[in-house]
Amino acid sequence: MSGAPIAQLSGVQVDYPRGPALGPFDLFLGPGEIVALVGPSGCGKSTALRLLAGLEPPTRGEVTRASAPGETAVVFQAPTLTPWGTALDNVALPLVLSGVGPGEARLRARAALARVGLAQVTGAKPAQLSGGMAMRVSLARALVTGPRVLLLDEPFAALDEITRRSLAEDLHALWAQSGPAVVFVTHNVEEAVYLASRVVVMTPGPGRLAGEIAVAGPIPRPPGFRLSPAFRQAAEQVSQMLEQAMAAKAVA
Amino acid sequence: MKRLTDLGAPALLIVLLLGAWEIACRALAVAPTILPPPSQIALATVENFPSLAASAWVTLSTALAALVLASLIACASALVVAVSPLLERSVQPIVTTLQVTPIVAIAPLVVIWAGFEHPERAVIVLAVIVAFFPIYSGAVTGLKAADPDLMRLFQVYGAGQRQILLRLRLPSAVPFLLEGHKVAAGLALVGAVVAEYVAGTGATQGLAWRILEAEHRLETAKMFAGLLVLALMGAALYALMQAAEQMILRRWRGR
Repeated sequence: MSGAPIAQLSGVQVDYPRGPALGPFDLFLGPGEIVALVGPSGCGKSTALRLLAGLEPPTRGEVTRASAPGETAVVFQAPTLTPWGTALDNVALPLVLSGVGPGEARLRARAALARVGLAQVTGAKPAQLSGGMAMRVSLARALVTGPRVLLLDEPFAALDEITRRSLAEDLHALWAQSGPAVVFVTHNVEEAVYLASRVVVMTPGPGRLAGEIAVAGPIPRPPGFRLSPAFRQAAEQVSQMLEQAMAAKAVA
Repeated sequence: MKRLTDLGAPALLIVLLLGAWEIACRALAVAPTILPPPSQIALATVENFPSLAASAWVTLSTALAALVLASLIACASALVVAVSPLLERSVQPIVTTLQVTPIVAIAPLVVIWAGFEHPERAVIVLAVIVAFFPIYSGAVTGLKAADPDLMRLFQVYGAGQRQILLRLRLPSAVPFLLEGHKVAAGLALVGAVVAEYVAGTGATQGLAWRILEAEHRLETAKMFAGLLVLALMGAALYALMQAAEQMILRRWRGR
């Protein structure tokens, strides 16, 4: 936690008409680190992510974004692809929107699809892809601009366990190539510990910081990491922290 | 086998109903001016086919022209309205009022405005009015139907209003536009026929006039023949639009 942040939330609070949704909450995101945001449903995880994406302003507090617009990429819970475009069209979209010529956009999109192992399906439409493949297209689209900040909002929640694990490996491999700072929202403790080098636990909504756990070990994770003491211990700590936060809320 | 049953069952029902109708007319000696048996209607259809076909073409071409005009006007209005929510809210009461006013009640006015020497203009205008609404509401709904997460994605990449419209809102509207056009095609035909009735004179030469003419002469079988052609034309138009919708949707979503 040293050096300049690439993105930071300082004392942010978000109030919606139905009540406070988040905060006050602080989050520091250093260049190239992977942070998982864990918390119960409705704690404001996704709201925090939208603040980092610049999709909405905080009611109070400050959002610092070192990266320029377009250097931030977002992956949603659903693949969120345009049904009328091919996989290639979808991946090329961010480039086209930021004014890259169609020829170069297609070239770079093709390369991005190849990086997620989908070189064969460039011409397929989303309806022809499986859930896991569609999510890979979504990842390729997020990475095609070479973003410095990658924000993922429960991207694998709708997928089966096997596909989730394989996508986690893909995410790490892609991260190792280009090294963006990653914020990964999830309510799955094990997924958080596996993916992130730092797990930030939030209290029930309006979410505040309940605590942070650093996860030791290299990324990409070595084989058998899920069975290692480091993984078990971190997962247990996060679980306990989460339970305490829930219990404290229940008492209050 | 299932396909055969699917096609055969409705056909069998129609044959049974027609048979019952034929037998009832003969057994009860119903006057043909009141209710002619199907055999007489078939005969009247064959005998009058050239004039019926010519009239059907007049009505159909009117309806199709009206559909094209309605499509252009409705899509253009929806695009204008899509840019400004305030404009949409302002226009909505007028649109709704016009929509719920029966076209038969508006028709005489339109006939007067078009000039009695140009009943075909009145017919087109009336058919356009009827066909306008499903396309307009489809387009307005469709232009607002874009996935909110895709909208956020476009925002993250700093897309301008024009890019959002062309690359997100318009393509998202396609299924709604197709549905609107399908409904509008049937309504354009209804509108054309209703307008022909109101215009009333033989000047339009459409199917409605053939039916009116037969009524005035108490040729009930010929009236039914006109109705039959009209119904078949409507069904064919709907089937055609349905097929076009399916085809375009398959291409749109790749399946």
